[in-house]
Amino acid sequence: MIFVVMVLVFLMLVGAIAACVFTDLVSAVIAAALVSLIASILFYFLQAPDVAMAEAAIGAALTTAIFIVAIRRTSRYEQ
Amino acid sequence: MRKIISILLLSIVALGIYLSLTKIPFGVPKSKVGKHYIDEGIKETGAVNIVTSVVLSYRGFDTLGEVTVLFIAATGLAVVLKIGRRKATAVEPASFVLATGCRVLFPLILVFGSYIFIHGHLTPGGGFQGGAIIASAFLLIYLGCRERRINEKAYKSLESLGGLFFVVVGLIGLAVGGYFLLNFLPKGQPYCLLSAGIIPVIYIAIGFKVGSELAGIIDNLIEES
Repeated sequence: MIFVVMVLVFLMLVGAIAACVFTDLVSAVIAAALVSLIASILFYFLQAPDVAMAEAAIGAALTTAIFIVAIRRTSRYEQ
Repeated sequence: MRKIISILLLSIVALGIYLSLTKIPFGVPKSKVGKHYIDEGIKETGAVNIVTSVVLSYRGFDTLGEVTVLFIAATGLAVVLKIGRRKATAVEPASFVLATGCRVLFPLILVFGSYIFIHGHLTPGGGFQGGAIIASAFLLIYLGCRERRINEKAYKSLESLGGLFFVVVGLIGLAVGGYFLLNFLPKGQPYCLLSAGIIPVIYIAIGFKVGSELAGIIDNLIEES
């Protein structure tokens, strides 16, 4: 159990760093969605299924969609 | 110079957070009110899900504020996007796989979201979570079947009616028993669908409100900007 959580936290860190360093903004948004998704799994492990559901639906799905719409209207690559 | 100052400020904030967190014992209940919710929550509100009993019964007024914040955010977004309105560009139709997948998944996600907010007092979840899941179903419609738009008037009125219903139920409590959001309906048998008085009623209203609100935000972002 603790091993699974450690792997998830490591993946979450990788996703967070990737979201910061990617210059392709679509990839950065996908990496940020990964962080949200793993956060929701961790919330579930911490026995907070209510928060996990909200995090998965809002953080991983809707926020990603809104960011991608915003990127479509502006430019895809960071200057 | 600016970088040094920002690093200095960040380390001061980090030190403050560290010092305040080390003062709190880990894993020990710190407040007595939480223990009261856990021990007496089911008896006092009839809701088996303690989170729901706190959100809608003990702290119901705060939830009204939360719903209002979401309403103001959605309205503000609609106003901002309407001002800088552009001509709608022609959209290329989605591929067959995407369109079919969205059509198959849409009713399933809709039913799941409705289940989440109808059973908010029994199982984890509630109006906000169910509403967000329903909005993600509408997001799929926008991805897969762009020719089908949701009716703007329908979601605007659903959103307003949901919020109005919440306030009216609260005001009925004020008229019947003397304080806002009084649980005036019978509490019923715990673990049954029809239990916990006004809690499922309000959560269904919140579910409709949040779902139509977030779907409206997506509609505004995709179609108007």
